[in-house]
Amino acid sequence: MREKEIDKLKDYKYGFTTDIENIKSPKGLSENTIKFISKAKNEPEWMLKWRLSAFERLQKIQEPNWQKPKYPKINYQDLYYYSAPKTTQSKVKNLSDLDPKILDTYKKLGIPLDEQKKLNGIAVDAVFDSVSVATTFKDTLSKVGVIFCSISEAIQKHPELVKKYLGSVIPISDHFFATLNSAVFTDGSFVYIPEGVKCPMELSTYFRINASQTGQFERTLIIADKNSYVSYLEGCTAPMRDENQLHAANVELVALEGAEIKYSTVQNWYPGDENGKGGIYNFVTKRGLCKGDNSKISWTQVETGSSITWKYPSCILKGDNSVGEFYSIAITNNHQKADTGTKMIHIGKNTKSKIISKGISAGKADNTYRGLVDIFPNAKNSQNYTQCDSLLMGNRCGAHTIPYIKNRNSDSNIAHEATTSKISEDQLFYCQQRGLNSEEAVSLIVNGFCKEVLQQLPMEFAVEAQKLVGISLEGSVG
Amino acid sequence: MQNLKNIKIEDVSYLGNLTNEEKTFRKKNLSDFQTHGFPSKKNEEWRFIDLNSLLLKNSSKLELISKNLVNDKIIDNILRTFPIDLSDKNYILSVDGFIKKIEIKHEEKNCYKIERSVDINKLSSKDPLECLNNALNTDYIKLIINENYSFNKPLVILNYSNELMNSVSLNQKFDISINKNSKLSLINFYNYKSKKSFYNFHQYYFLHEGSILKNYSIDLSDNSNLNYIKTNIDLSKNSISENFIITQGSEYSKNEISCNLIEPYSSAFVNGIINLNNQKKHEIRSKINHIAPNTKSYQLIKCILSENSKAVYQGKIFVDKEAQKTDGYQLSKAILLNQNTEFNAKPELEIYADDVKCSHGSSSGSLDDNKIFYLMTRGLNKNQSKKLLIDGFILDVLDKITDISVKKIVKNILGIN
Repeated sequence: MREKEIDKLKDYKYGFTTDIENIKSPKGLSENTIKFISKAKNEPEWMLKWRLSAFERLQKIQEPNWQKPKYPKINYQDLYYYSAPKTTQSKVKNLSDLDPKILDTYKKLGIPLDEQKKLNGIAVDAVFDSVSVATTFKDTLSKVGVIFCSISEAIQKHPELVKKYLGSVIPISDHFFATLNSAVFTDGSFVYIPEGVKCPMELSTYFRINASQTGQFERTLIIADKNSYVSYLEGCTAPMRDENQLHAANVELVALEGAEIKYSTVQNWYPGDENGKGGIYNFVTKRGLCKGDNSKISWTQVETGSSITWKYPSCILKGDNSVGEFYSIAITNNHQKADTGTKMIHIGKNTKSKIISKGISAGKADNTYRGLVDIFPNAKNSQNYTQCDSLLMGNRCGAHTIPYIKNRNSDSNIAHEATTSKISEDQLFYCQQRGLNSEEAVSLIVNGFCKEVLQQLPMEFAVEAQKLVGISLEGSVG
Repeated sequence: MQNLKNIKIEDVSYLGNLTNEEKTFRKKNLSDFQTHGFPSKKNEEWRFIDLNSLLLKNSSKLELISKNLVNDKIIDNILRTFPIDLSDKNYILSVDGFIKKIEIKHEEKNCYKIERSVDINKLSSKDPLECLNNALNTDYIKLIINENYSFNKPLVILNYSNELMNSVSLNQKFDISINKNSKLSLINFYNYKSKKSFYNFHQYYFLHEGSILKNYSIDLSDNSNLNYIKTNIDLSKNSISENFIITQGSEYSKNEISCNLIEPYSSAFVNGIINLNNQKKHEIRSKINHIAPNTKSYQLIKCILSENSKAVYQGKIFVDKEAQKTDGYQLSKAILLNQNTEFNAKPELEIYADDVKCSHGSSSGSLDDNKIFYLMTRGLNKNQSKKLLIDGFILDVLDKITDISVKKIVKNILGIN
C-alpha cells in the first residue's frame, strides 16, 4: 500500500476494501432491476408486486429538499442496486462455507461472528453490501421461539408475518427514500419475538458497504409480540472511496401489548476525508409503532460517521400508556453534516416520551437537531420532555436546533429545553493541569457531555462508543 | 380575492396622481404579488396557520377601500371614546388606513421631523405580502427623531377602522428613525370596528448609536378582522429595542418581528402575551439576527388559551460566525384551559459561532390541579383560583415592561392590579 493510503487508514480504520467477486444487478433503476433483485432472491410473486407498486409510486414523487445539508443531485440511474458476494449465491449452512475473505473482513471490523465470541452472548446478522451473509446463534434463539434471520429468508419461511407487518409502519407511499427502499431493498434483518419471551441475548446486525458505486438499501423489521422484550444493536462501516455512496435503509419496529424494544445504533460509515470528499449519504427511515397498550420503544443512536446523516428515528405512541424514548449523540467533524432528531407522535392516552439529544460540531461541520412532538387531541395526560444540547468547537462550524412542538390536548404537558455552548477554557485548563493532553481532555469533557446517552447503550457498545467519541474529534482542538 | 388578483394600479382610486417612477414601482410589486398570491401552508413560515384558507373562509372577496367615510365629527368621537387617556400623550390617528391627525404637542418642534412620501428606492422585497403593501399602501409616515432628544411622553399610533368597512384589504407603512442617543416610547394601538377585513401593516425602525426604542403593540377589543403586522428593527451600536406584544382581539393575527443586531453591544427584547378565546388564531414569529459580537437578546412569550383557540410561536435566534459573545435567550409557555385549544411552537436556534450562550425553552400544559386545590382550601372558589393563577402566570411578562406609564395602562386593561 502506498504511504498516503496508509496515512489515510490511520484516520478511519475501517477504510479498507475487500477484494471479492461480486454479482451485481444491471446498473440503474428500472422495472428490470427490481425484477432482477426479486428473482435473485427467489422471491414469491406477492413480494415482487409489492416492490413494483412502490416503484410505480416512486415515479410520481419528488426527492425532498427541505433539509439543512444540501447535496449534489444523486443520479439514480448510475447506481448498482444489488451487489452480492459470489459465494453466497449457494446457500451458506455453516460459517466455514463463507468466503474466507469476508470472514477476514469481519474479523478486522471486530465483529463477533466466530464462536470465540460466544462469551459475549450476542447473536449477529452480518450484511455485506446488499445481502445478509451470516447469522449466528440461530439454534439458541430458536429454542425459545425467537426468529432472527435475514429478511429474504423470512419472506420465504415466514411469509404470513412479513405480509402482515412489512410496510405497516413505513408504508410504501411514505416519502421518496422510504419508497425507493421499498422498491429495491436487498436484504436486512428480521426479528420476531413470540408472546411472553424475553430474548435471552442481545441481537446485533453489522452492515458493511464494500463494492463501489453501489447503494445499500436494507430493510429491518422487528416485531415484539405481547409482553416480550428485545434489545437490538446495529453497527455500520464502509471502505474509503472518493465517491459519495447512498445508504437508504428502512427500519420498522412493531411493539404489541406490553412489549418492549430497545434499538441501539452505532453508526460509523466512512465520513469522507478532511476536505469533504467522499463519504456515505446516510438517509435512513426508522420508525417504531407502539401498537399495543403499555408498550415501549427506545431508540439510542451514536452517529459519528457518514458525510451526511439525515434521519429521524420516530415513535408512534398509539397504544394507551405507551412510552417512547430517544437518546442521541451526533458528532460531526471536518465537512460532515447531520440533520437528525426524532418524532414523537402521541395518539394514545397517558403516553410518555423523552428525548435527549446531544450534538457536537467541530471543524467545518454542521449539526442540526430537528424534532417533532405532536400530542393528538385524544392523547389525554400525555407527557413529553425534550432536552437538546449542542456543543461547538471552533467558529467555522454550526449547531442548529429546530424543534416543532404541537400540543392539542389541554391535559398534556410538554417541556422543551435547549442550550448551546462551547468547551470552556477553564475546563480544558483543569484537565490539562492534571496531566491530560488537550485531545484527551476534549475526549473526557465530551464524554461527560454525552454521558446521559452513553449510559443507555448496552455494555459492549458503550465502551466502543466512548472510544469512538474521542476518535471522531481528534484534531479538532489546538 | 378575485379583485386583488385582477386589479390594476390605474383602478385604485385612492392613489390619486402618481409620478411615473412610483407608478412603475407599484405596478411591479403588484404583479409580483399577483404571481405569488397569498402565502400558502407550503411556505415554512406559514405552516401552522393557513392564511389562504382563512381568507377564503372569512371573506370570499377582498375589496379595496373606495371612498372616505370619515369626517371631523367621527374623528372627535373616536378620540373621545378611546380606551386610553390621550391627554398626556402624543398621538397619530389612522382611520381606515389613512392618517387623519398628527398631534405631537408634548415635544419640541425642531427635535423631530415628519416625512410623508415613501423613498421607493429603499424598498424591494420578495415577500408577497410586502409586495402587496408596496403596491397598494394607502398612507405612509416617517418620523425622524433628532440626535440627543428623548420624547417626553409616549407616542401612540391609533389604528382605527370604521364599522362600515367589510372585507376590505388595507395596507399601511410606518417608518421611524431614531438618531444618536435619542429615545422614544411607542404604543401601537389597534382598535378595529370593521368586519372581516385584512390588514397588512409594515413597520420599519432604525436605531442609531445609543438610542432606545420601547415599542408596545396592543390588540385588545374583539373583532372579526385578520391582522398581519410585520416589524423590522435595525440596531446600531449600544442601542436597545424593547418590544412588547399583547394580542387578543382580532380573529386572526400574526406579528412578525425581526431584530437585526448589526453593531456590537446592541440588545433586543421581545416579550408578549397571547390571550385567546373563541376560534381565534394568533401567531408571533420572531427572528433575532445576531450579526455583530457582544449582542444580547431576550424573549419571553406567554399564552393563555381557552375555548377553541390556537396560538403559535415561532422564534428563531440566528448567530452569525462573527457574532462571538452572543447572549441569546428565549422562553415560551402556554396554558391550555380547554380540550379544544392548541399550542404550537417552533423555537429555533441557528448558530455559527462557538463562544456564545444560547438557550431556549418551551412548555405547555394545563393549570396545575394541585395549585387550584390549594387555593380552594384557602377559601377561593374555582374561578377565582384559576384567575389568580393565570394573573400570576402573566405577571412576570408584564414586569418586563420598563415604561411605568405603559405598564399601568396594560395592567388596567387586563384587570390586574
